[in-house]
Amino acid sequence: MSGLLIRNAYVIDPLAGIRGEIMDIAILDGKIAEGAGSGCEVIDAQGCLTLPGGIDSHSHVSGTKVNFGRYMSPEDMRAGRTSRRGVMHVTSGYSVPTTFGNSYRYSAMGYTTVLEGAMAPLEARHTHEEFTATPHQDMMANTLFDGNWSVMEAVRDKDLRRTAAVVAWTLAAVKGFAIKLTNPGGTEAWGWGEDLHSIHQQVPNFGVTPAEIIGTMIRANELLDLPHSVHLHCNNLGVPGNYQTTLETIDLAPDLNSRRQSLYLTHVQFHSYGGTTWRDICSKSEDIARAVNNRPQVAIDMGQIMFGRTTTMTADGPMEWRLYMLHHNKWSNHDVELETGSGIIPVYYSRKSLVNCVMWAIGLELALLVKDPWQCMLATDNPNGAPFVKYPEIIALLMSRKFRDKEGEKIDPRTGHYVPLFSLDRELDWYEIAVMTRAAQAKALGITRIGKGTLTPGSEADVAIYPLDPADLDPAIDFEQVMAGFARTRYTIKRGRVVARDGEVIVEGANSTVWTRANVPPDMDLSADREFVKKFEQYYTVRMRNYPVQDVYLPRGVRIDTEVSP
Amino acid sequence: MRVEDVVCTFCGCLCDDLVIETDGKKIVGVENGCTLANEKFMGDHRLKSPIRREGDRWSEVSLNDAIREAAEILLDADRPLLYGWSGTHGEAQSVGVHLAEILGGVIDNTSTVCHGPSIMAIQEVGHPGCTLGQVKNRADVVLYWGANPIEAHPRHLSRYTTYADGFFVKNSFRERKLVVVDVRETESAALADEFVRIEPGGDYAVLSALRAIVRGRGEVITGPVAGVSREQLVRVADLCMKAKFGAIFFGLGLTMSPGKNKNIRNAIELTEELNRHTKFTISPMRGHWNVYGSNEVFCWITGYPYAVDFARGIAFYNPGETTSVDILRREECDACLVVASDPGAHFPRACAEHLARIPTIQIDPHVNATTHLCRLQIPVAVTGIDAEGTAYRMDGVPIRTRKLFDGDHPSDTEILERIYAIVKEAKGA
Ligand code: SF4
Ligand SMILES: [Zn+2]
Repeated sequence: MSGLLIRNAYVIDPLAGIRGEIMDIAILDGKIAEGAGSGCEVIDAQGCLTLPGGIDSHSHVSGTKVNFGRYMSPEDMRAGRTSRRGVMHVTSGYSVPTTFGNSYRYSAMGYTTVLEGAMAPLEARHTHEEFTATPHQDMMANTLFDGNWSVMEAVRDKDLRRTAAVVAWTLAAVKGFAIKLTNPGGTEAWGWGEDLHSIHQQVPNFGVTPAEIIGTMIRANELLDLPHSVHLHCNNLGVPGNYQTTLETIDLAPDLNSRRQSLYLTHVQFHSYGGTTWRDICSKSEDIARAVNNRPQVAIDMGQIMFGRTTTMTADGPMEWRLYMLHHNKWSNHDVELETGSGIIPVYYSRKSLVNCVMWAIGLELALLVKDPWQCMLATDNPNGAPFVKYPEIIALLMSRKFRDKEGEKIDPRTGHYVPLFSLDRELDWYEIAVMTRAAQAKALGITRIGKGTLTPGSEADVAIYPLDPADLDPAIDFEQVMAGFARTRYTIKRGRVVARDGEVIVEGANSTVWTRANVPPDMDLSADREFVKKFEQYYTVRMRNYPVQDVYLPRGVRIDTEVSP
Repeated sequence: MRVEDVVCTFCGCLCDDLVIETDGKKIVGVENGCTLANEKFMGDHRLKSPIRREGDRWSEVSLNDAIREAAEILLDADRPLLYGWSGTHGEAQSVGVHLAEILGGVIDNTSTVCHGPSIMAIQEVGHPGCTLGQVKNRADVVLYWGANPIEAHPRHLSRYTTYADGFFVKNSFRERKLVVVDVRETESAALADEFVRIEPGGDYAVLSALRAIVRGRGEVITGPVAGVSREQLVRVADLCMKAKFGAIFFGLGLTMSPGKNKNIRNAIELTEELNRHTKFTISPMRGHWNVYGSNEVFCWITGYPYAVDFARGIAFYNPGETTSVDILRREECDACLVVASDPGAHFPRACAEHLARIPTIQIDPHVNATTHLCRLQIPVAVTGIDAEGTAYRMDGVPIRTRKLFDGDHPSDTEILERIYAIVKEAKGA
């Protein structure tokens, strides 16, 4: 029995409809409770901003390509290192920190749950090993299906149930959380060094188009009643003029689920470009935001870029090659048989590059132009747009027009000609920031059902107390304090325990890994399907029996069970 | 008892289709394995109990005493080196890293004497690679450069390349062109459609010549390069450019010959150049079954794949300085823990001599060359036979090895955790 009482908290809990009230929060046995019991530990929050623990709905922190980012980048490892201190292990890395580095830095910012944006099923065991070494956040993995041969064959055969069956089998085998499509079809084409340029172009040898893959997967996702929707990295990432592709893709999304969106589009900044070349690239954030505003069935995250050095890493192998052809720095690529691809290159986003300035503006514009904060989440596609430690600065930019104007003076003076940013007056308030950094994520990921994203009794006791006094601060003016406050909580509480104080992690963590099992009727069970098994044994280089991730890799697994909709 | 889909813990191919017959105490039959696998599983003669040396006499010691003594030696040392790791599972490697961290020591793996230069090249220019199934299903051209798979990775050809039929390459032996580049005509070379024989030390020049041709600057090559005729160079470059999917596999013949990391960089840059024409990948033929796993584990905990020095409190990496061979040659370390490798057989003489001078502890199931240098040896279970855990194949695919029966020995993880616990307590952490 361990009780904790937080007194005098300035609470914003959007999922509970609390928009800023001084109140007490009681915690008992890792859950928010009605009372904390006598003799419990007491924390006086002194009116500080208190939110449910932060949730990142799209970040690359664990697994094969992330670790390869470390492997190939000793220069990045040197750029951020701390020594062993108290319970904290050594950390290295700035844009691709070591697992403990990620965990401590997220914890210092009040983040308690993180979704890894891309896990190749064949290499899932690796992701889970790194999850275990990321001890202070509950983790979950988007599972890549963009170039999955069995999916593409089922889609080609217009067989929705079989498509769903492949998803169900794979998620259960690799202990994945949700469906991720990264440049659907394009990663298979990249197996031959090619890419797809439209959602209606056919994938070589498979006779399906990205549009068909996306459309069928959205329905398969709902057939399986998965907690999250399809999580999509659109085709044509980073290509001038790609906003058309993005608009066409948004048009594909039906409205099939009353609890959340039916399609989640990630890092939309990278998909909102007008123009035809790098010379005339411009912002199409207004068109994209209008499409989102008109369709409650979609949700997006920003994919904000911030100036400075970082590392790009994605399953979108052909995109990384294109980027390498621009930067000529160093390039890694790693295609995964029958499933997907990946690529990594380091980049430097410069204030002196007009293209980079336009990109920077677009991300902010999306957050300011999408009316409903529940539809637009704050993220950088860590580390692709920027390392997640930049989130506080992004929050400050969204809350202060003055700060945006000040930053605007430092960038390429032509930027204003290509973007609407500097004409936007909107300044987000504390409530909207709380939505965009945890509540919207919990809803979009469908993890409110396991008590995430809110402080109502019975929920997971994940709480962040920031040294910010909303009664006293005007974020439009005091943006420096806002930035500093969101960078370091006074207390980060994970499952009822204080894990970090003033930026220092003070206990050894014990996270959970959340995964999904869709229980399917016998006709959808592929484990004994002759054709599926035969193909597996013929074309994979790992035996089917050695493929599933064993239970030992999830020492504290949390399974979400779903049933096939009738 | 028959166990199917067993993972072979010998080489970096990490074949996972072996069928093994056991009598519950030992292995009595192996199917699907190569000769190396048979030797690994059938010729497994263990050291029975921990041993310690006094003068030139060995005596048996209890496991508890051995563990305590190992911890004390490490605690006593100013600059302990924890070396090896390629022959054990990832969980043990992870404990090893944390042990080095708390000791403020150096941890290094066998990459230091094998693909270390490849890693350095990758850190300069990156690595366009893929999983082995990508090659099996797609490649119509495969090159082995400075690698002799028939000897070192006997089933590489049958599982992943020449004899492996794939989805887009239905009849591999006929449809897939094989090029072997080497300084001598190996057994693998005898199978090649095209054998390119290079004069020793000529790899860099030949790679440069191929790059020039692929770039459309073939006219700069006027005659043979390092013993390879211009005609053959043009023919090979042409074959590569016309491939639908090409894959280069390189071995220590390229990594350890003059030029070292520069050779690998050149080979990677050739691959990059070829990607402007078609699809091409390149991959190192990693030797030990889990050497790649040690790189992976080191990376996610420390940020660096090998040669990590914790003496400054932070993780510090500088191959040439923090690599085992250099530390030993400078006679810098004053105690060494060897886990799952045999530096006595693979290190230069001066290094082995230093290991013999300082207290060296070995955790290993078998008596080997290092036994003769060490002071204390603790036998453990063999991963893949009587211990299990994670391994990373040469292409990064993680596979869980199987435990076939309960043996008499604890695993590397158990021993290391016990040493770690003693050290942790002594350090008051
Ligand atoms: S090729 Fe290597 S992994 Fe495969 S059976 Fe032989 S020794 Fe074992
Ligand atoms: Zn991403």
